[in-house]
Amino acid sequence: MTDTTQTAVLPAEAPAAPARGYWGGVWARLRRDPVTLVCGAVLGLLVLSALFAPYIGLHDPYQGSMVSRLKPIGTEGHILGTDELGRDMLARLIYGGRLTLFLGITPVVAAFVIGTTLGLIAGYVGGWANTVIMRTVDVFFAFPSVLLAIAISGALGAGIVNSLVSLTIVFIPPITRVAESVTASVRQLDYVDAARASGAGDFTIVRVHVLGNVMGPIFVYATSLTSVCMIIAAGLSFLGLGVKPPEPEWGLMLNTLRTAIYINPWVAALPGMMIFVTSLCLNLMSDGLRSAMNVRQ
Amino acid sequence: MSALVDIRDLTVRFGGGGRSVHAVNGVSLSVEKGEVLALLGESGSGKSVTLKSILQLLPPKRTKIGGSIRFDGRDVLALKGRALSDFRGGEVSMIFQDPALALDPVYTVGAQIAETVMRHESITREAAMSRALEMLQKVRIPSPERRLKNYPHEMSGGMRQRAMIALALSCNPKLLLADEPTTALDATVQMQVLLLLRNLQREMGMSVIFVTHDIGVAVEIADRVAVMYAGTIVETGTIAEIMKDPRHPYTRGLLAANLHGAVKGARLDAIPGAPPTLEEPPSFCPFAPRCPQARPECRAALPPVVEPGPGRRVACVLEAAPA
Repeated sequence: MTDTTQTAVLPAEAPAAPARGYWGGVWARLRRDPVTLVCGAVLGLLVLSALFAPYIGLHDPYQGSMVSRLKPIGTEGHILGTDELGRDMLARLIYGGRLTLFLGITPVVAAFVIGTTLGLIAGYVGGWANTVIMRTVDVFFAFPSVLLAIAISGALGAGIVNSLVSLTIVFIPPITRVAESVTASVRQLDYVDAARASGAGDFTIVRVHVLGNVMGPIFVYATSLTSVCMIIAAGLSFLGLGVKPPEPEWGLMLNTLRTAIYINPWVAALPGMMIFVTSLCLNLMSDGLRSAMNVRQ
Repeated sequence: MSALVDIRDLTVRFGGGGRSVHAVNGVSLSVEKGEVLALLGESGSGKSVTLKSILQLLPPKRTKIGGSIRFDGRDVLALKGRALSDFRGGEVSMIFQDPALALDPVYTVGAQIAETVMRHESITREAAMSRALEMLQKVRIPSPERRLKNYPHEMSGGMRQRAMIALALSCNPKLLLADEPTTALDATVQMQVLLLLRNLQREMGMSVIFVTHDIGVAVEIADRVAVMYAGTIVETGTIAEIMKDPRHPYTRGLLAANLHGAVKGARLDAIPGAPPTLEEPPSFCPFAPRCPQARPECRAALPPVVEPGPGRRVACVLEAAPA
């Protein structure tokens, strides 16, 4: 019999924190993926400029000028031209990023938290809990997401908070469904049995082994939803159900500049370009993250 | 002598959906302290189910368990909640067939061992990690300090099974349940893992129930063998008794079907037919349809259990009334 409590085997090499942990590995894989890096950089730039918009010497995004309306791109003092009320487009696009990104990300984060919880319960508990949760979710799936968002926003009335609520409701079902299916498949894997065989209770199994394994796929899926969410949010504003003028927001700007499409098409297309570039970068980045976060390759 | 594990008349039935399967039908066996028992049988004979019912790992909603399992004098099937969690991993732990699936892929090996240790003993994470390191040294994983920080996918199959063994033994269990732990491994690695298990078993003085379908593996590791067929134990005895003097026709068939010593080109003596489906509990000897020595009375009732010697049991009419 050996003394199992002796620890003086290797005094010099006390167990330290892992040299290259999980995130170290993710970063190492990301570094070899230029597309993801470029998209991440573009998004980072957008987020930073939106955050620090008041401090980077832009024009006032609300200050119009009747004499300089719809100036083309490249005008002196207004690099990206002006909108239909003579407001500086660059300033409005950057300020607009604040609201647009906020409306794109917040509902997904909220839906991520709620949907993951629901999906974990449905997938792990199974039985009647699964039936109640998943059938309710199915009801929401009967409507196209844009239609659902419009319907809920319409019922609640226009406004930023209401569009956040409606977008959150729209994104809970898909996330719940992904979380449920991943949980159900993880639940019957050997390592869950192994954890149970080594004395883990249900709570520990869900918290450590199930959550640890389903988090990655759900997170990646949620990232890809962000771009959809941003587009729907912009759509709501475009329809007058989201942000109200004169707030700068890309969807709303697209709407108000719509009338100028024959006079100054390039300026009118700019908010659309921003939406396009941002959602493209989000999609490409979520693809890159998907492969980088997969430890089992 | 009081046995560490005493299983009496264990029956396991999986139900639900109108169809039920009688996976285990009246299994009785006991394991002494420090003894290695091999449960030998083909796929679907109820070996793993018997093993899992000791830890209550079968899905409770769809499973009906009868009979009794006593561990150290306590009724295992009555354990619940906290007591059950302490029992699992603390006193009895289990290793699985495929270590690639039995280790959680998103945590390092060290973290998983430490987590198990911390669950059963109130010690700090540092102490648990140093225990994990010690366990990896014990299962002879090379450069254990580095392996501690490895994810399961960064290890080879044999190394993963060693890590799994380290995890299972980290809390000094009295009984180790091994569910075909060498099946998924290469033949050479198989041997290493078997020797390791045997050494650790002697060193730590624990009992082992080792499930396998490979009689060669059973010979290598076990003191005693229980041969299972269709959810029943057809023969029990020491490894020498079973090898030299198999009494039950099924055991003889198994030994004859072995690859060792087979002549190239000659057909193997396979047992004809297939095991029963077990949708009904057996009302007569389940092996009778395939048995070369079957008699009319075999199909009339369940065979009697005869004890030709101490610790030796055979369930066969031939044994009761030799021709």
